Amino acid sequence: MSEQALPTDVRVVVNSIGLTKADYRGNPSTLCQGCGHNSISSQIIAACYELNLYPEEIVKFSGIGCSSKSLFYFLNRSFGFNGLHGRMPSLATGALFADHTLRGIGVSGDGDTASIGMGQFKHLLRRNMRLVYIVENNGVYGLTKGQFSATADQGLELKSHGINPYMPIDIAWEALVGHATFVARSFAGDPKQVKELIKAALNHNGVAVLDIISPCVTFNNVDHATHSYAWGKNHETALHELSYVPRAEEILLEYDEGETREVELHDGSVILLRKLGRDYDPTNREAAIKVLEEANSCHCLITGLIYIDPNQPSMWDIFQLTDTPLNRLKENQLRPPQETLAELNRVFQA
Amino acid sequence: MEIKLQIDEQLKTESKIINDFSITVATVNGSGSQTSNAAILRAIFKMGIPVSGKNIFPSNIQGLPTWYTIRVNKDGFVARKREADILVAMNPATFVKDLESLIPGGAFFYADDIRLAITRDDIVAYPMPVKHLIRQVDIPAYLRDYVANMVYVGVLAQMIGIDLEKIRQALEFHFKGKAKPVEINFGVVSLAAEWAKENLEKKDPYLLQPMNATSGLILTDGNTAAALGAIYGGVQFVSWYPITPATSLAENLQQYLPKLRKDPETGKNTYVVVQAEDELAAIGMAIGAGWGGLRAMSSTSGPGLSLMTEYLGLGYFAEVPVVVWDIQRVGPSTGLPTRTAQGDLTFVAFMGHGDTQNIILMPGSVNECFEFAWKAFDLAEQFQTPVIVLSDLDFGMNQWMGRPFEYPDVPMNRGKVLWEEDLEKLDGKWARYLDIDGDGIPYRTVIGNRHPKAAYFTRGTGHDEYANYSEDPEDWHALLNRLKKKFETFKPYLPQPVQEKTEGAKINLVSFGSTEPAIQEARAHLKKQGITTDFTRLRSYPFTDKVKEICSHYERNYVIEINRDGQLHQLLRMHFPELASKMISYAYTDGLPLTAKQLVDFIVSKEKQDE
Ligand SMILES: Cc1ncc(C[n+]2csc(CCOP(=O)(O)OP(=O)(O)O)c2C)c(N)n1
Ligand code: SF4
Ligand SMILES: [Mg+2]
Repeated sequence: MSEQALPTDVRVVVNSIGLTKADYRGNPSTLCQGCGHNSISSQIIAACYELNLYPEEIVKFSGIGCSSKSLFYFLNRSFGFNGLHGRMPSLATGALFADHTLRGIGVSGDGDTASIGMGQFKHLLRRNMRLVYIVENNGVYGLTKGQFSATADQGLELKSHGINPYMPIDIAWEALVGHATFVARSFAGDPKQVKELIKAALNHNGVAVLDIISPCVTFNNVDHATHSYAWGKNHETALHELSYVPRAEEILLEYDEGETREVELHDGSVILLRKLGRDYDPTNREAAIKVLEEANSCHCLITGLIYIDPNQPSMWDIFQLTDTPLNRLKENQLRPPQETLAELNRVFQA
Repeated sequence: MEIKLQIDEQLKTESKIINDFSITVATVNGSGSQTSNAAILRAIFKMGIPVSGKNIFPSNIQGLPTWYTIRVNKDGFVARKREADILVAMNPATFVKDLESLIPGGAFFYADDIRLAITRDDIVAYPMPVKHLIRQVDIPAYLRDYVANMVYVGVLAQMIGIDLEKIRQALEFHFKGKAKPVEINFGVVSLAAEWAKENLEKKDPYLLQPMNATSGLILTDGNTAAALGAIYGGVQFVSWYPITPATSLAENLQQYLPKLRKDPETGKNTYVVVQAEDELAAIGMAIGAGWGGLRAMSSTSGPGLSLMTEYLGLGYFAEVPVVVWDIQRVGPSTGLPTRTAQGDLTFVAFMGHGDTQNIILMPGSVNECFEFAWKAFDLAEQFQTPVIVLSDLDFGMNQWMGRPFEYPDVPMNRGKVLWEEDLEKLDGKWARYLDIDGDGIPYRTVIGNRHPKAAYFTRGTGHDEYANYSEDPEDWHALLNRLKKKFETFKPYLPQPVQEKTEGAKINLVSFGSTEPAIQEARAHLKKQGITTDFTRLRSYPFTDKVKEICSHYERNYVIEINRDGQLHQLLRMHFPELASKMISYAYTDGLPLTAKQLVDFIVSKEKQDE
């Protein structure tokens, strides 16, 4: 692939299959500057590049939302299908049966997954389809302009929607109780961890859920933010039209394993990130449940690989399909011979 | 007693009625009567006599009344007939009503443990000692209830002349050759027949005589035919969610696919069947698979189709091939879920928001259920669009005679798909939505194609010819118009109307789907009354000019359908407004298949008015 002759004076960095980073790129993003979703796209690109995957062997899927739009901003050389709101799991399931040698990456939002798509999400998990399922979780409906999503914290106050009176849905928790065989959580501002988790997920034989907290820099809670973050958003919003989308920087942070960090988000709220320690065993389901429950009671977010079961058969394994991808089978493999129909007719005949 | 004797005399003098009557079996659902009724039906069919079987059943698993009607007709008119000539009463709950519904002179077979009075003297009543006979059968007690219904099979066989050997063959068909159940059931049939021979005296006029009118024909239901047609059409992906009356289509696929579609060398499967979590997911999967280059389908009924609508709209706009069978039942809402109708036509025609147009295939026989099942894949892939096949409960779940299924006479048409070598030749120069051939149908690639220029992005949002996001007014306008052009391109490829002409006919009976048997019978009756008719059965939508040409030929076109609002009538008038004054609607729905009589009554009254 990509064997174009290059000018000798240009040094091009390629991976071990001879592809450059550019071979993994997508179209320029039209999401807001500083949107967490953009940094996740970058890490998908980095992970695939570093894993030496041919883009042609990856298929992208999404539902509807800002998050789902981001599909267009990475891996242009991969096929992609931006489907319906909340219904990416079924789309991916059907499509991936066409060629079992491909890897699927699905991108969804918290609205797309935890509200309209909860049913399909849960059923994707129990079927264990081989798909990396990334939820770009910002606690709001970005694309429809800032309504509460089902993952929004109880008591969270948003400018035009008041206080959220309901309990949140925890996607990692849902994934775990739904028998997902790979459950991870990360923060879009921690690119290294995001990338490492995507790499692990791409290598998982089954469904891999990545719940990535991905701040929405636009629909935040500026009016009530008492803590200011060094980007002056409060001031800017007050000065501009309502439809103005202020520039913001991505939140970047680095922290060590086992450490707990307080992170102030764009809306002024605070999340706690605690990295799981080195002694944590992600193959122990009970421990995973415990760690999520503990995190819940101390109002912090656990990031890292929470659970993995590498031994469950994937949906493909169950179906015992031909080695040749189904979509390459020829007519003689698909249309049974004429004698078989004659035999059937005899059975139905007088 | 004296009256009874009088009737006996009367009956004796009347000539026998041979191979022309209908039998209604009244039972309780869940009592195993299906096997008995199927055995009677298939045995009569095997005797060479034209026959059909319709199950009028409740939306319930056990304990509610069910009626199975068998129409026997030497002239081949096997549409539903309202009146029963013979009634088998096995259900105490409906006994009184069943007895009342029998025509004068009819035969009434009843289980003698139903202790209700026979209140009519103008019929012949035959008691059947069901419980008593079953007690004599040497089988474990728990099996007795299951085979009790075989008693009426035996008694009927003796009294109306069903060949016992044919009943045995029918049971072999039903139990797929399994010896034990055939033996047990047939044992009961023989015992009951023997009992009837010794204890009952024939006093009714109804008799069967072997004919040679069914040799070479098959007897099956539309859902079996559709499943087999799909398999011979190379179906690769099926996703479905259970709903009466579509369930048996998917279940037949599940039954036959493992036998017909394993790779002979490796024993590996060349198909996937997934029972989805709902219709939203069933269609999502099918659209995904169709997009991925598989022959993908789903089967459902009205409520499920409603849930599929958004994805089908996306399928239309993003140009994804997929086939969906709508086995129509009575709506709106859950309506009468176990009864038949043709009420989804206009819904399907415009299904989707914005400007959508869908290809609809409308099979009119079990043979067409088979044929359209494989053709639907060719059309969907050739035109890169969803194809909806409109069947109904009457087709899907009832037993119809047909010709043997015909093997597809053309190779599969996989449409304009470019693989690696094609892109190599094109030097990678192609665009997903570019209308190169001027027929509105662009080329597509499918996943797994390793050529670096193969991939494109599929979306429900506005896009240009290169599959890039676009809100450009010109792009949008051009795209929708290309889709419309595609719609024009495929019209001639769709199944054209079936026509039957008679010398001098001034009126035409227009229909679609499962109503043909009733219409043909009605035409014969009308002819006797001096009303000559032609017949046109539409087999696809959008309509072609051929339809217009046919209809413009007549003074009056009676548009016949099983719904309230005359949906076919609406569509015809919409497409051909100039013919509106020549279209008369006969739309009637009560949950049951059409009868010839209701149609004759309507047309005669209309034609008289016209004189
Ligand atoms: C069936 C349907 N209902 C509603 C919408 C409108 N809609 C578009 S995006 C969206 C919410 C997206 O939220 P989320 O998944 O959290 O994505 P985000 O934009 O926050 O990344 C909604 C409700 C739609 N496109 N389709
Ligand atoms: S609205 Fe929020 S989620 Fe959407 S692109 Fe902007 S920052 Fe991202
Ligand atoms: Mg969101």
